[in-house]
Amino acid sequence: MEGISLEHFLIVGLLVFALGLYTVLTRKNAIGILMGVELILNAANINYIAFARYGGASIDGQVFAIFVIMLAAAEAAIGLAIVLGIYQNFDSIDVEATDSLRY
Amino acid sequence: MEITTVSYLRWIPLLPLLGAAVNGLGGSVIQKRFGKNAISAIAVTPVVLAFLIAVRGFLQLKGLDPEHRFLLDDVWRWIDIGTLKADVAFWLDPLSCVMILVITGIGGLIHIYSTGYMHEDEAYWRFFAYLNLFTFAMLTLVLGDSLLLMFVGWEGVGLCSFALIGFWWTEQINTTAGNKAFIVNRVGDFGFILGIFLIFWSLDAAGHGSVVFRDIQHHAVSLEGRTIWGLPVVVLATLFFFVGATGKSAQIPLYVWLPDAMQGPTPVSALIHAATMVTAGVYMIARLNFLYAMAPETLAVVAGIGAATAFFAATIGLVQNDIKRVLAYSTVSQLGYMFVAMGVGAYAAGVFHLVTHAFFKACLFLGSGSVIHGMSGEQDMRKMGGLKDKMPTTFWTFLVATLALTGTPLTSGFFSKDEILWKAFSSPYGSATLWIIGVCGAGMTACYMFRQVFMTFFGETRADHHVVHHIHESPGSMTMPLVILAIGSILVGYLGVPEFLGGGNRFEAWLEPVFASGHEMAAHASHEAGLEWTLMLISVAVAATGFLIAYVLYYRHAASPDAIAEVAGGVPYRVLYNKYYVDELYWAVFIRGTLLLSRILAWFDGAIVDGIVNGVASLTVAISWLDGLFDNRVIDGLVNLLADFTYNVGSRMRRMQTGNINAYLYVIVGTVTLVLLARLF
Amino acid sequence: MPEVSLSVVVFYAFAVLTVGSAAAVAFSSNIVYSAFALMGTLFGVAALYVFLAADFVAAAQVLIYIGGILVLILFAVMLTHRIANIEVSNRSVGRLPAAIVVGGVAGMMGYAVHHTPWPVVASLPDAPSTYAVGNGFLGPYVLPFEFASFVLLSVLIGAIVISRKELKS
Repeated sequence: MEGISLEHFLIVGLLVFALGLYTVLTRKNAIGILMGVELILNAANINYIAFARYGGASIDGQVFAIFVIMLAAAEAAIGLAIVLGIYQNFDSIDVEATDSLRY
Repeated sequence: MEITTVSYLRWIPLLPLLGAAVNGLGGSVIQKRFGKNAISAIAVTPVVLAFLIAVRGFLQLKGLDPEHRFLLDDVWRWIDIGTLKADVAFWLDPLSCVMILVITGIGGLIHIYSTGYMHEDEAYWRFFAYLNLFTFAMLTLVLGDSLLLMFVGWEGVGLCSFALIGFWWTEQINTTAGNKAFIVNRVGDFGFILGIFLIFWSLDAAGHGSVVFRDIQHHAVSLEGRTIWGLPVVVLATLFFFVGATGKSAQIPLYVWLPDAMQGPTPVSALIHAATMVTAGVYMIARLNFLYAMAPETLAVVAGIGAATAFFAATIGLVQNDIKRVLAYSTVSQLGYMFVAMGVGAYAAGVFHLVTHAFFKACLFLGSGSVIHGMSGEQDMRKMGGLKDKMPTTFWTFLVATLALTGTPLTSGFFSKDEILWKAFSSPYGSATLWIIGVCGAGMTACYMFRQVFMTFFGETRADHHVVHHIHESPGSMTMPLVILAIGSILVGYLGVPEFLGGGNRFEAWLEPVFASGHEMAAHASHEAGLEWTLMLISVAVAATGFLIAYVLYYRHAASPDAIAEVAGGVPYRVLYNKYYVDELYWAVFIRGTLLLSRILAWFDGAIVDGIVNGVASLTVAISWLDGLFDNRVIDGLVNLLADFTYNVGSRMRRMQTGNINAYLYVIVGTVTLVLLARLF
Repeated sequence: MPEVSLSVVVFYAFAVLTVGSAAAVAFSSNIVYSAFALMGTLFGVAALYVFLAADFVAAAQVLIYIGGILVLILFAVMLTHRIANIEVSNRSVGRLPAAIVVGGVAGMMGYAVHHTPWPVVASLPDAPSTYAVGNGFLGPYVLPFEFASFVLLSVLIGAIVISRKELKS
């Protein structure tokens, strides 16, 4: 499509990544942090697909993107299981409450 | 000089050594098992055998030409370093032949005497072991062919003398006497050693270094004119040797040990301090006569000291009360005569007197031993008297020996002493002064000897009651040697009858080859027969006067001895009785001086040396304290610092573990960013 | 008026949707709002995949991400509902330092994107990509594919193990 170049997609991916990073760094809610991680993963996926399309007419990018999605799912499952475990033990999902390993 | 090599001479000293070894090592066992007779057999046999071998040597020498009468028995190589070569080799020439006959002959008789005299003693085997050892040492001294081997014998006799004087060592007075003998001898030996060194070095510098007598004689001329520290070498060396002689032969100033040596058993006094050891000094000068002939100054010293000693000792002998002390001072005096002879170049006369003196002095000592034995140990003459009838053999032999000692005409002592007095007057080295001193000494000799005879044998018995009952004549083993020696005292003299009396003076002729160089000098002496007769008669008259004085005072008891003692306020008597306080002088000067020196050195050692050592120790302690300080403060400080640093850093670093996930994520992001930035730029 | 293609407009619309929803996720203080904004983001991304002729991936995105992960997140949100105030259930702290860091990273990456001469080559044909993706999975990437199944199995077991309640005995 004319007018839309690789860079546009990359910029989108960049912005999503930045926002995801911001989320990860600032959120106190454990699930909020996980959502930030999902944003980062999606940003990476956008990059993969964009390069698959514009960078060599190769299908590898999409295959990788599938993998990423799959692993994101796995990771989300585990992460949320952990959050539930934390919730059972600490009675809160505030990450500032889980500082038992503090000096 | 033609030397004949033989191989039997070594047995002469060796046999007594074997006897000493057997008795010394196994004596106590043998004595217990087999009794004292076995010990006697082991001890006497070697000496008798040695005598027989000596006779054989004598006969062999006699068979040779007078110029070639030299036998050499080279046993083994002892020292061979550079130019110093000394073998264990025995040298028989007329001089040493005379000596060994005297030593083994009279020594043998004394050994036999001792079997009787020491019969009651439990340490019988030890006595004979020492006696044999002494005989071995004396024979080595006389037969040694080099200065070094002679010195071995020289030291050996000194050692055995010490051992025998202090034989009854449980009494301190005996051991003290032994110590005195050894130490005073040592002083003399020091001079002897210096003499050996000087001779060897000087000869070595001249290219003929040797200590063997015949070599020294051969090269003696190379020493003429050599000086060391401004003094002629020969004079210095002969003086050093003479110092050794004064020690061994009890001359002024080293005579002080001989009277004290009477603490030993009487056979010891007879053998060692009359017949043999004390004659070693005379023998040494005779052996080195060729050196002394080159040093007239030393000869003058020798003669002077000899004469002074002869006179000096005789004066002390006049007032002694111990029967053996009188004889001891008599020995010192007679040795003085021998040295006078050596000092005027009359070597043969001196050796002749040595031989005759050995006979009659040994007889006198053994006789006194017999008296002491009969008197149950009493030695003070003031407690004796009237023994003439109770101990006849002892008395007659004693009387004969006394006659010989005082120079009664027709006895051996007469010929030998007269020869000396004549030579003292007539030799180019002699003088009238020496003769006068000698004659006065002879007069005093007669006086004190007959005093001794009268006090001991004549008159009423002054002994204690219980002693009187036990007075008895001595057994045959003791009287037989006395008889033999008394006979010898008379007969031996006839070997040396001088020409002016008609004899051939065979003794002097016999010794001629040895003293050839010495006699060259003496040949310049005068030979007026008339003068000889006159002087001889004067000396006999003086001796007779001495006899008369003794007769009057001690036989007729014209004046009480106590009254005599009070003459001139008792001072002369006290001075003589206390031996001129010489021993006290030595004690004050030398002994106390040495003790003072040792005290000073001990203080030095304690205060300064120990002070230094302690100071070093304190310093070490101080340094180690400093070290400890350093270790504690600095090193431990460093280690602690390190640990504290680690702890502090750790306690600060652990604050990174906040437990806050966001913080961790910051760190991750931050790090990745930095890495990327680095890669980018 | 310059000729603007329709696709460009649609692209920008979807791009705005994506980024805006992401912003909502980042800045909202209500957890439920964030969750639903996440859904918007995921839809937008799926649309962008369609633009990039990755139809299979788009479908997978919608099915798995929205249908699976998002639902999971919502479950988790509901299960942990004992939060005092649902309105302020998603606070954020340390905004300024994060903003600086993020700004820095984004700036740097933007610079990289802009200044790198991307080699643009012929693009993929606009054709269904399912066939090619399937070939890829069973061809060159069969090992990761099989491995992934293991991963999922282990995740399954792990999630159960982690989240079961401890028996209080």
